[in-house]
Amino acid sequence: MTGAAAGPAASGIRFDRVSVAYGGNTVLDRLDLTVEPGEVMALLGPSGSGKTTALRAVAGFVRPASGRVYLGDRDVTDLPPHRRGIGMVVQQYALFPHMRVRDNVAFGLKARKVYKTETATRVADALELVGMSAYATRYPRELSGGQQQRVAIARALAVRPGVLLLDEPLSALDAQLRSGMLAELARLHRELPDVSILYVTHDQVEALTLADRIAVIDQARLQDCGTPQELYRSPRTEFTASFVGNANLLPVTVGSGTVAFAGRDLELFTTDATAGATATLCVRPHLVGLGDGPNALTGTVTEVQWRGSTHRLYVDIGGHRVKADLRELREPPALGQKVTLHFAPEDAVLLPAVDQSAPEAVTATGGAHG
Amino acid sequence: MLVHSRAGKWGTWALFLLLFVPLFAVPLLVIVAASFSTNWSGAFPSGPTAGNYTAATSGDSLQALTTSLVTALCASLLALALGTWAALAAASLRKPGKRLLDALFMLPVAVPSVVVGLAVLVAFSKPPLLLNGTRWIVILAHTVLVTAFAYQSVAAAIRRLDPMYEQAAASLGARPAHVLWRIKLPLLLPSLTAAAGLCFALSMGELSATMMLYPPDWTPLPVQIFAATDRGSLFTGAAVSVVLMGTTLLVLLAVSRIRTRASYR
Repeated sequence: MTGAAAGPAASGIRFDRVSVAYGGNTVLDRLDLTVEPGEVMALLGPSGSGKTTALRAVAGFVRPASGRVYLGDRDVTDLPPHRRGIGMVVQQYALFPHMRVRDNVAFGLKARKVYKTETATRVADALELVGMSAYATRYPRELSGGQQQRVAIARALAVRPGVLLLDEPLSALDAQLRSGMLAELARLHRELPDVSILYVTHDQVEALTLADRIAVIDQARLQDCGTPQELYRSPRTEFTASFVGNANLLPVTVGSGTVAFAGRDLELFTTDATAGATATLCVRPHLVGLGDGPNALTGTVTEVQWRGSTHRLYVDIGGHRVKADLRELREPPALGQKVTLHFAPEDAVLLPAVDQSAPEAVTATGGAHG
Repeated sequence: MLVHSRAGKWGTWALFLLLFVPLFAVPLLVIVAASFSTNWSGAFPSGPTAGNYTAATSGDSLQALTTSLVTALCASLLALALGTWAALAAASLRKPGKRLLDALFMLPVAVPSVVVGLAVLVAFSKPPLLLNGTRWIVILAHTVLVTAFAYQSVAAAIRRLDPMYEQAAASLGARPAHVLWRIKLPLLLPSLTAAAGLCFALSMGELSATMMLYPPDWTPLPVQIFAATDRGSLFTGAAVSVVLMGTTLLVLLAVSRIRTRASYR
């Protein structure tokens, strides 16, 4: 390969205290994050949280106000986008409308002055990889959303980048196509084990399905980082607990071996907090059962939602709204009815009540968690 | 305006015709009628004759048609190149710079074209830039006058162009020049041809600045029309006008046929 983006494509991304500000407004605050070579890292957060800004800082479309961005061992902070050797797929695909599929995929290779014969082979390979070989001579406007998505991925992969940036790649697709493409992306990653993938999404299912690790971002800050299992089973912050898996967050007071909630003592497995302190109890709605059992809580049903395979109950317990996802009920309780809910001690996680304004940002390098 | 009732629709059509016919259609039809006549003293012209067209398509008039076509072609291509360049440059500037460029390119539109003609005449009448008496001064003045329109329509098209194409191309490793030639300009092509057509039509009809500048061997068609009517040959002037109108429309039609793949978006 010759041309501007010469050299072996570096794999792995490192953010070193990267801050980005737009006109005095900090949209990314001192992000420290490392994506290992071959790792899929999801940047998960609500819209406006700064996750897309982080991706654009890697691509070179925004300039950090401070901090450095590394691809592999190379500091790329001051490099223009075309010299970074990355692949990128955006939500709207951005296929060039005046070029056929084949020429779209060949674009990056021609820009890098790859030999014609090699370009042809690599274009064919990339289209084969995403199953779009039959559409090589079509124009983008003649393709469906899902097909355009595949071509966009082929175009990004044809240049053999060490790093693939995916910015909400599935959000323009309908639900059914989305789950298909999710499986497809997982397959692609298995076939290209050396490529680091940074996957920006607001959808926790996409992040949980695809990512090796998830970085949760909210209000310009990294809130939490860990494997999907870690984040789901033992979240460290209230934000993670509610954003990933929509957990029940109940304010409790720590006692000796138990915690007090709404005038009841609940048994937990993890009570390393000091007695007398306030904390937040995190219980997943699908781990809450109906009827008597350990840690039983009685309250009034305020809302019942039928979701096909499950029923979602909202139960008012001592002024707190508790969500319970139950396997479809034959006879769901009526509104206003008294019901008893329970959960197993091992299914609850105790979160220390964190001061949200704490200046120390979460640092996540390597596999560090908790 | 949405009109739903049947009576309302007919009313709107009637109003449209009442305004359109006398304001736009009748004057043009009168010119066409006059171009076929020998005398017009009553309500209708007398004739018909094709004699005026013999004069309008030979000799000096034919020469003037060629002059106009060459001038308009040169001026519109130069204006397109300059206007596009400036619009691309303006797009990469910050707000104050962009405002300054916008204002600069508005000048030739805001200043009366007679003044532009005089200014060009004064500026290029002395060495080292002695263009007075050559065809180049006419082409130069036309370029100055129409570049503003090229700049404005291309700048508007650039504002509408989604930056994601440019960014996708850059992320694939394309240098800025490569992005410009392979992505931006092809995507802007429909707007570029439209801008070129507009410049061409404006240049074909330009009279006031041309009057100040044209050398004897480079008389564009509007000057010819003015001269003909001035010396009383109204019907020859009408025929030359119809030729000018027809030629301009033909060229515009041809330009609008340049469809690009990008315009199918």
